Amino acid sequence: MLNRFMQSRLRGLVILALILIILPAFLGNPFHYELVIQMAIIAATVVGLNLLVGFAGQISLGHAGFFGLGAYFTGIATGTYGWSSLPALVVGAVVVGTIAWLVGRPILRLKGHYLSMATLAVGFIIAIILNNERAITGGPDGMPVPALDLFGWELSTFGRYSLFGIEISGVQAWYILASVVLLAAVWFALNLIESPIGRALRSVHGSEVAASVVGVDTAKYKSLVFVISAIYASVMGGLYAHFQGFITPAVASFEFSILFITMVVLGGMGSTFGVILGAVVLKLLPQVLADFQELETVMFGLILMLTMIFMPKGLLPTLTAAVSKRMRKKAGGEA
Amino acid sequence: MLAEFLQYLFTGITIGATYALIALGFTLIYNASHVINFAQGEFLMIGGMATVSLTAMGVPMVIAVVLAVILAGVLGIALQRFAIAPAKQADVVTLIIITIGASIFIRGIAQVVWGKEYHVMQNFSTDQPIQVFGAVLNSQSLWVLGIGAVMVVALVLFFTKTLIGKAILATSMNKEAARLVGIRTQMVLMLAFMVSALLGSVAGIVVAPITFTSYDIGIILGLKGFVAAAIGGLGSGVGAVVGGLALGIVEAMAAGYISSDYKDAVAFSMILLVLFFMPRGLFGAKVVERV
Amino acid sequence: MLKTMMRRAGQCAVVAAACLMMSAQAAEPIKIGSFLSVTGPASFLGDPELKTLEMYVEKINEEGGVLGRQLELIHYDDVGNASSARNFASRLIRSDRVDIIVGGSTTGATMAAVPLIEQAQVPFISLAGAVVITTPVKKWVFKTPQSDRMAAERILADMKDRGITKIGLISGTGGFGSSGRTQTLEVAEQMGMDVVADVTYSGSDTDMTAQLTNIRNTKGVEAVLNFGFGQGPAIVTRNYVQLGMELPFYQSHGVASDSFLELAGSSAEGLRLPASPLLVPDSLPQEDPQKEVVQNYKAEYEARWDSKVSTFGAYAYDGLMLAVRAIEKAGSTDPEAVRGALENIQGYVGVTGEFNMSPDDHNGLDADSFRILEVQNGEWKLID
Repeated sequence: MLNRFMQSRLRGLVILALILIILPAFLGNPFHYELVIQMAIIAATVVGLNLLVGFAGQISLGHAGFFGLGAYFTGIATGTYGWSSLPALVVGAVVVGTIAWLVGRPILRLKGHYLSMATLAVGFIIAIILNNERAITGGPDGMPVPALDLFGWELSTFGRYSLFGIEISGVQAWYILASVVLLAAVWFALNLIESPIGRALRSVHGSEVAASVVGVDTAKYKSLVFVISAIYASVMGGLYAHFQGFITPAVASFEFSILFITMVVLGGMGSTFGVILGAVVLKLLPQVLADFQELETVMFGLILMLTMIFMPKGLLPTLTAAVSKRMRKKAGGEA
Repeated sequence: MLAEFLQYLFTGITIGATYALIALGFTLIYNASHVINFAQGEFLMIGGMATVSLTAMGVPMVIAVVLAVILAGVLGIALQRFAIAPAKQADVVTLIIITIGASIFIRGIAQVVWGKEYHVMQNFSTDQPIQVFGAVLNSQSLWVLGIGAVMVVALVLFFTKTLIGKAILATSMNKEAARLVGIRTQMVLMLAFMVSALLGSVAGIVVAPITFTSYDIGIILGLKGFVAAAIGGLGSGVGAVVGGLALGIVEAMAAGYISSDYKDAVAFSMILLVLFFMPRGLFGAKVVERV
Repeated sequence: MLKTMMRRAGQCAVVAAACLMMSAQAAEPIKIGSFLSVTGPASFLGDPELKTLEMYVEKINEEGGVLGRQLELIHYDDVGNASSARNFASRLIRSDRVDIIVGGSTTGATMAAVPLIEQAQVPFISLAGAVVITTPVKKWVFKTPQSDRMAAERILADMKDRGITKIGLISGTGGFGSSGRTQTLEVAEQMGMDVVADVTYSGSDTDMTAQLTNIRNTKGVEAVLNFGFGQGPAIVTRNYVQLGMELPFYQSHGVASDSFLELAGSSAEGLRLPASPLLVPDSLPQEDPQKEVVQNYKAEYEARWDSKVSTFGAYAYDGLMLAVRAIEKAGSTDPEAVRGALENIQGYVGVTGEFNMSPDDHNGLDADSFRILEVQNGEWKLID
């Protein structure tokens, strides 16, 4: 029963929605809201990355480059040129998608670690440009980003808003927005996976040669999913920039790329809900470990290492496997 | 004009030789296990930091170096034994994340034990730079190049003349077959990690007088080593050496002739260019994909 | 999963809060929040800053606290990452509800937290250098270090005194070096000096010979200035000597610490830089008002931590003392009152310099608070 429930994709979405609805009851203060909002934005990014890594089996070590480009495009368009947020996000996504398509054509011909290397190089080049073009990006000290504005309606974390007559705070409004965005991101990803495109992608992951032999245009699908994941990153980067109110080239850094891929692998490659869990854990860990001070890095490395050693498939797949195993045992015992 | 060119060349070769040694470490482990060991840079750090802290405690330089190299070797074995070996069924990506976790862990320990400051190590010989056609060469650069060359020769002999070396090669070519002819593959993997750690720590010690050393020096040098290995073609020893030198020289030339702001970008563009024309790096083996 | 984690985090917070409540005896403590780069690439800033804050909060508490209330220091390590800095600033404001923030080791970390702090309306004293932090003036943001612009002014003025008008500039691509480079270019233009060579290196570079060769081959360079911090400037200094360059050489205040002398060794001989008098407390003339403050801070820090005092720790000292002074003057921790008091602090003699705040100047220092030092026989020597 539970097993089937867990496997059903739509129900996964429902569970996620329920969690997001109940969660505010456990959020003590605005800072907790802020953490969850960031988790949601980052989680939506890795849901997109997971399409590339978990389903098409192509490892990107430069995804923060696209995230950073999206963040800076939004920041510059709204801050320097006074655009409204929505067009900035959309045009940013188109620009970043085009860039991803252009660089994706040659580099997606590469395999395995060489592809990782090439994505790493692309990410680095983007980060270097953001760092050096001081006149446009503010350089290494970063740039401020105005509050999100949707149709002339400004969403600041310090504002007060009214929703159907109920007064809510700025962080609560952001929380609702981030939740909706995350659910939409997940919904789109799930649909894509179930579509013919998704099946083609999974065949690429299984064996690229076999896939091309049976007539799947592997290059086309890989390039498509690369662009889609870059667009995910770009839009989320833009939202992140608005939410943070300030960005530095660190959003495009190699460390951030590594963090993204770690979230995917830790949570469970190929599991949309798993990678969300990965994002939550890795965002929460530094806050929880803050009290260890000097030992914070040691603890972080140790936890990461142990989790991957003992749960090589990732958190969620391992946990669900354990739960369903126990269920089966129980059912067997009762019978 | 010539002096200028020579100066950039010397700079590039010195730093390139370091990249080459790190790349060789990557290559060794990659050959034996197909893992990209992101903790490779930490061996470098251990080499340099342990030597500096031991000499500060009054241990003679030579003994400090030997102890530091042994420490790194033990760490290499421990990494394989306790972090890589238990995760047998894991994907290659998972193994990579494990090595990232290990590098963060090692760095964290080093920071607690040795502190966060940068440390100086004296040049092995004179501080006087050497003049060549108007360009100057740090005497330590000769040490880096010389020791680098010795390590490369030693590795070649190790793989072609010793039984253990041949066993590592055999395991890298076909794990199952190697096991069938009686090679203990786990042992071989452990050895590969150890040798790789030894290489890394030696590199860390010889460059420390040029670069200083600190608990976090391994991050960027490790990354550059990976880049060098990929340019050369993962798994190729010659490729690692050529890739390392090429990366170092391109960086120095770009900083001198093009733009110091964009020298790293130039280096990364070079990688993309190389991979565009040679998808398996300069010397990467052409492997037929098994279906 | 998420729920239990959040709940557990909540429980931890409750327990921690309970502990704190028990330790506070009578009145509620005054909460001083801080986010610093205690680890990571900027740890040479954050580490002495945290040590300084810890030790003086202790000391003030032993002496009876402020307004009869104990001080409580709540600090987080942003590992030199701007977005962590922003998040911890948010945690300080929204979760810990601190009364004032003294922190922000780097300009990036400071600026990332500024939009939030301005909206939350909490007084904030930054420990970072760039001129953008307080120019234009932001209502709630103050800072203790001299700005990089003052450093550039001081260095170029010293060059001019020596008859130098053509400069070769080498700077780091990190926040400090990059901002310093911009300021130097602007100041040079105002003072009618020429920057004839302008090269950079990234913070992780291990050899700057190529960049220096470039400067050496540029015609007309009369002096070289390196704007940067961390180990980079020490490598630049050593490469400079290896290349046999003999032009007058300047560094920025980013390396004004004894550990720089250790790293650069004999190569540092003869170079000049602007610094706070902390490096040369004993050469200050007896009548210098800073002499006593500087000597005390140095003695106390070195006795407590058994490590050399650094200029960066002094920024935290001044930050904390300014905060205490403002709270005392305001007579409460009311944010608006504390902010107002901060803005009107006059004649506070700190380790970094004499602070005269005003509504137009949230830094309160002038370029003269920098002294020009020269390295002679491996030691700092006061020149001007």
